[in-house]
Amino acid sequence: MVNSRFIQSLEPTVNKDTRSGFGEGLLEVGKQNDNAVALCADLTGSLKMNAFADAFPERFFQVGIAEANMMGVAAGMTIGGKIPFTGTFANFSTGRVYDQIRQSIAYSEKNVKICASHAGLTLGEDGATHQILEDVGMMTMLPNMTVICPADFEQTKQATLAISKMHGPVYLRFGRPKVPVFMRPDALFEIGKVQTLMEGNDVTIVATGHLVWEALKAAQALNTRGICAEVLNVHTIKPLDVESIINSLRRTGCVVTAEEHQRNGGLGALVAQAAAMHHPVPIEHVAVNDSFGESGTPAQLMDKYGLNSEAIQAKVDAVMRRSNVLA
Amino acid sequence: MSTPTLSNIASQIRRDIVRMVHGASSGHPGGSLGCVEVLTLLFFEEMRINPDAFDMDGIGEDLFFLSNGHISPVWYSILARRGYFPVNELATFRKINSRLQGHPATEEGLPGIRIASGSLGQGLSAAIGAAQVKKLNKEDSTVFSLHGDGELQEGQIWEAAMYAAHHKVDNLISFVDCNGQQIDGPTDKVMGLGDLAQKWTAFGWRVHVCDGHDFDALRSAVSKAKEARGSGEPQVVLMKTAMGKGVDFMEGTHEWHGIAPNDDQLASALGQLEETLGDY
Repeated sequence: MVNSRFIQSLEPTVNKDTRSGFGEGLLEVGKQNDNAVALCADLTGSLKMNAFADAFPERFFQVGIAEANMMGVAAGMTIGGKIPFTGTFANFSTGRVYDQIRQSIAYSEKNVKICASHAGLTLGEDGATHQILEDVGMMTMLPNMTVICPADFEQTKQATLAISKMHGPVYLRFGRPKVPVFMRPDALFEIGKVQTLMEGNDVTIVATGHLVWEALKAAQALNTRGICAEVLNVHTIKPLDVESIINSLRRTGCVVTAEEHQRNGGLGALVAQAAAMHHPVPIEHVAVNDSFGESGTPAQLMDKYGLNSEAIQAKVDAVMRRSNVLA
Repeated sequence: MSTPTLSNIASQIRRDIVRMVHGASSGHPGGSLGCVEVLTLLFFEEMRINPDAFDMDGIGEDLFFLSNGHISPVWYSILARRGYFPVNELATFRKINSRLQGHPATEEGLPGIRIASGSLGQGLSAAIGAAQVKKLNKEDSTVFSLHGDGELQEGQIWEAAMYAAHHKVDNLISFVDCNGQQIDGPTDKVMGLGDLAQKWTAFGWRVHVCDGHDFDALRSAVSKAKEARGSGEPQVVLMKTAMGKGVDFMEGTHEWHGIAPNDDQLASALGQLEETLGDY
């Protein structure tokens, strides 16, 4: 059963990129809070930060191609009460600057919002050098860090506003391609709270980011075969809403996780850890399995690496077979 | 503050440094001893600060960032002697459950520390960010930072140097502790730094050179650097120093970068340093 408090349509007619949701959200943050500042490492257009830069030129700081310095300057800007939003690709927002984030931001508990676009395989043709699939793992390992991966344009806009109102370091992960807009703009968005998008009793699908739409498509297809899937949108990967996830597993007895990330260190690993501790059930992962990406269109890559609705359905079949055997 | 008064404070700071490192059986005495004068001048004379009511945002205050965090002993001693926290707490340096971590940190809430440092090359960026916020907030305060010369081998320093000049961060005065030593030996042998004055000049900074152990020379350099406010140029003071200054067997060698004196060595060191303010 579709939860209309969250979903505006399962037949969306509009496709938008999540980075544009960030851009619109950042402009709104700038209007709401004079202390919001933004820094960008030579990717203002790609990050959709132009609107903020044009509206608040005195609060926008071009850093050039120097991401380590950007993280340090952002950390320093929190001293005196500013709320810095950094913008660059997810690869350059994490792996390239891990030590800067670790020492100057996470360990120092600085109120920096690390906003990362072009995450995952859907960056597409640029290839594996830019397709980071390890960022969620790196960021969730850091104490004090909140990690958020919104599902669509509307949710990315909401998340951008929400993180401006919480104190502490945040990693906000979003992407490049235009994807269906299915979330309601007025849906209740609470950092750290799972959204149950569809209710069901046969299997739980736990998804984040671009894979949430794929999970909804999979659930609809499964429904035609008489399988009633519960779809959870885990927009906040850290802190993980373990209680909501485990409550769902108690009813369904099996789970498929879905994310545009390595299997190691991603949402699936965290859900498996929580399930192992609290309610062990059969679990299958839709994720990249210990490999780098490559050039191609987003759709080709998501198909080749098994990160779409069809892959989720196959994993649901596999996990339900295991679940039935165990039962 | 008179130069003799500052010298008295400096002597006690040096005693604190060797006693702290001895007490912890670890730490970095060499660089700490070499930066006593500049920190004494900044915290006891130059900076507008509020030690009694430390506030992370430091609105209306001058700010200091220690980028070469391993010389934490000198900074902790300065902060304690200036009234940020009880002097007796220096005895907890590097020990379990202490606020005085091996390298400076904010997590334990030690007053005076605004960002962690230790992994080198990061403090200049943070100081620049804080200086830009001073400007956004329409404050006339100054931000100071201190760096090791070996630390300038980190690439992030030069990213930050380029940024500060481009954004005209002229309310920032950065000091470089030019002792010519690093862990593995003289900087010239480990990784030559070249002509630092020319490098900083080429990056758009105004360079001041002075003796880092001479209060009058340091005072004059700071005064000139502050006059540059409005020029658009960030300011750097290249301080010629001796690692291990004030303790004869530690002076001028990298050997005492990161080891602690034994009991006999401590006694010898303390014999060379007058107890002016009372040991903790």
